[in-house]
Amino acid sequence: MRSVFLAVLHRELLLGWRRRSDLFTLAFFFVMVVSLFPLALGPDAAQLRAMAPGVLWVAALLSVTLSLGRLFANDHADGTLEQLMLSPEPLSWLVLAKILAHWLHAGLPLVLLTPLLALQFGLPGDAIGVLVLSLLIGTPVLSLLGAVAAALALGTRGGGVLVAVLVLPLYVPVLIFGAGAVGAHGSGLGAGPHLKMLAGVLALSSVLAPWASAAALRVVAE
Amino acid sequence: MKFHALLRYATPAHAYTLAGRLLPWLFALGLLLTAAGLYVGFGLAPTDHQQGESYRIIYLHVPAAWLSMVIYLAMALWAVLGWVLNTRLSSMMARALAPTGALFTFLALWTGALWGKPTWGTWWVWDARLTSELILLFLYIGFLALQDAFEDPRQGDRAAAVLALVGVVNVPIIYLSVQWWSTLHQGASISVSSGSSIAAPMLLGLLLCALGLWLHAGAITLLRLRSIIIEREQARQARWLERLRPQRPKGPQGPQEART
Amino acid sequence: MTLQASGLAIAKGHSKLFTDVGFELAPGQALRVQGNNGSGKTSLLRVLCGLAQPLRGEVRWQGRRIDHQRARYQQLLGYLGHAQGLKAELTALESVRFGALVAGRACSQGQALAALQGLGLLSRAHLPVRALSMGQRRRVLLARLTVPPTPALLVLDEPFTALDQASAQAVGRWLEAQVGQGAIVIYTTHQGEGLEVARHQTLDLGRHLGQGPGRAAAQAPVESATPETA
Repeated sequence: MRSVFLAVLHRELLLGWRRRSDLFTLAFFFVMVVSLFPLALGPDAAQLRAMAPGVLWVAALLSVTLSLGRLFANDHADGTLEQLMLSPEPLSWLVLAKILAHWLHAGLPLVLLTPLLALQFGLPGDAIGVLVLSLLIGTPVLSLLGAVAAALALGTRGGGVLVAVLVLPLYVPVLIFGAGAVGAHGSGLGAGPHLKMLAGVLALSSVLAPWASAAALRVVAE
Repeated sequence: MKFHALLRYATPAHAYTLAGRLLPWLFALGLLLTAAGLYVGFGLAPTDHQQGESYRIIYLHVPAAWLSMVIYLAMALWAVLGWVLNTRLSSMMARALAPTGALFTFLALWTGALWGKPTWGTWWVWDARLTSELILLFLYIGFLALQDAFEDPRQGDRAAAVLALVGVVNVPIIYLSVQWWSTLHQGASISVSSGSSIAAPMLLGLLLCALGLWLHAGAITLLRLRSIIIEREQARQARWLERLRPQRPKGPQGPQEART
Repeated sequence: MTLQASGLAIAKGHSKLFTDVGFELAPGQALRVQGNNGSGKTSLLRVLCGLAQPLRGEVRWQGRRIDHQRARYQQLLGYLGHAQGLKAELTALESVRFGALVAGRACSQGQALAALQGLGLLSRAHLPVRALSMGQRRRVLLARLTVPPTPALLVLDEPFTALDQASAQAVGRWLEAQVGQGAIVIYTTHQGEGLEVARHQTLDLGRHLGQGPGRAAAQAPVESATPETA
């Protein structure tokens, strides 16, 4: 079972590397969205510092949402999704491999870029640490939940907007716990409870989301 | 085997006639109970010492909020039944419930705004319940959007069932997180009688209105169910529809006239 | 090790493509599915793989329904679909390796190269798929199926399309050899000749066109006695 998981993961990583320009585009989108906020709200340092966790979290959310279209759509179009569905291994396991690859391509780069961007907003070092940790725990959840929405929207004309409409309500708890962690840290309450809740959501979704995505794929791929 | 026999009884044809018979009763009873509830709420319940008369909007707001949650659960249940058991009627019931649920969510939001204005001076307050209702509205919209996005209605039913299942699991988590967020930020809160227990006439009014609105919701849903049944069965060229057609000598030849 | 289909009906949207299709295949038999474009050949093949659910009827492998033994059935199954089935950025070698691995077969570099060689693609093994012609891509897809252990059940949607004569003959010989070793092969083709095997059945979907039940004349081979599900 592990070898098929690794084969799928390997293939996804290979494809991601060969299409690296897509990754750069996504990273640039993240940077650009973050930069829009000071432009819209003014460069007041105190305000930016207060806004920073929320802005970075929302930008990460939007970037991941945008990238969800590519999770299954290409495979569906060229017929390789069928091959995954015909594998003797459980589809949810293979979907998990795809989700992991998706996070490595679309989530992890954002986590790595965050410290740089947070400096632009004047966040102090310890707050940046909490922010990065919250994104590290939270962005995999975004990929997991996003996979369900991407699978559901696969057979439709709705496209990316439909995926966003489906997934954004589900992202609300992640946003609250993630961005809230930094706020709690800043106000002295400690980020622990928030991060623990976030970790709980990660644990739950890593079990449920692959199963739900596989179920959705079987429904939609007929 | 008995279960299968029961399922066979729950065909669209039977449901259509049953719904038709129930409808007038549900509407009448719903109207009656809601009127009674409003009478109790507006006439008999005391004035709130903090909020004056404006609080009375809760007799619509709170039942609407309750119903929006209950309908979501019912909708998800019917959708999942239709998916797992592969029954057409269950999915049609989920489709019928969805707009009703969205309507009540919207009603809860609207009455919440009407309540907020005299109390807090703004049309919107980011309190826990209103924010949760807003997200619930988004979940309903997602459900409706997904259903409609499929060419094959049965596929749309099944995909929406998966979404509803995921939604149901997420609703407690969303609710919890919004509560958390609200208490941490100590936002404005719209509620009645902070601290003191709720007065008996208030509770009676709430219950009557809740029951009345629930029956009303049932009536609207059954009405919609009937039209969904007709629409879907026509597309399948089901034969039982011909029993419904009034006996006219001549009429325009629709697609359902073609002999199967 | 028999494959039984009974009472299959498939609909597309609101119209029935065909109704009451059934057959039974033992090891070492081949079935050719015929019908005009749009008669549902591809849909039938997908139902036989378990990728789609029929409106009515069921498919059984060794007496059990395929949806009750998905992992086991899919381990034995090799499917060639209509779609490209390949990633443009992967090389032919990588495509064969990953394809075989995903299908649950161990596949070393050497085995993948041998598979490509069997279909005359050794010289192109390290080229990306996007640099291959249509016929060469179909052969890469087929190469994936030749990696041992070869499937006991092969379901092929137009395996000869886009192949030149030499390749088509080579593929035909390989399939006949598989049948000779006890595999079951189900295929569709627009090309005139099919496989030349001793036990060969033909299923003509044109005789099973449905607008309602009861129009089917059982021109199809042996129908199994398994009951229909609603």
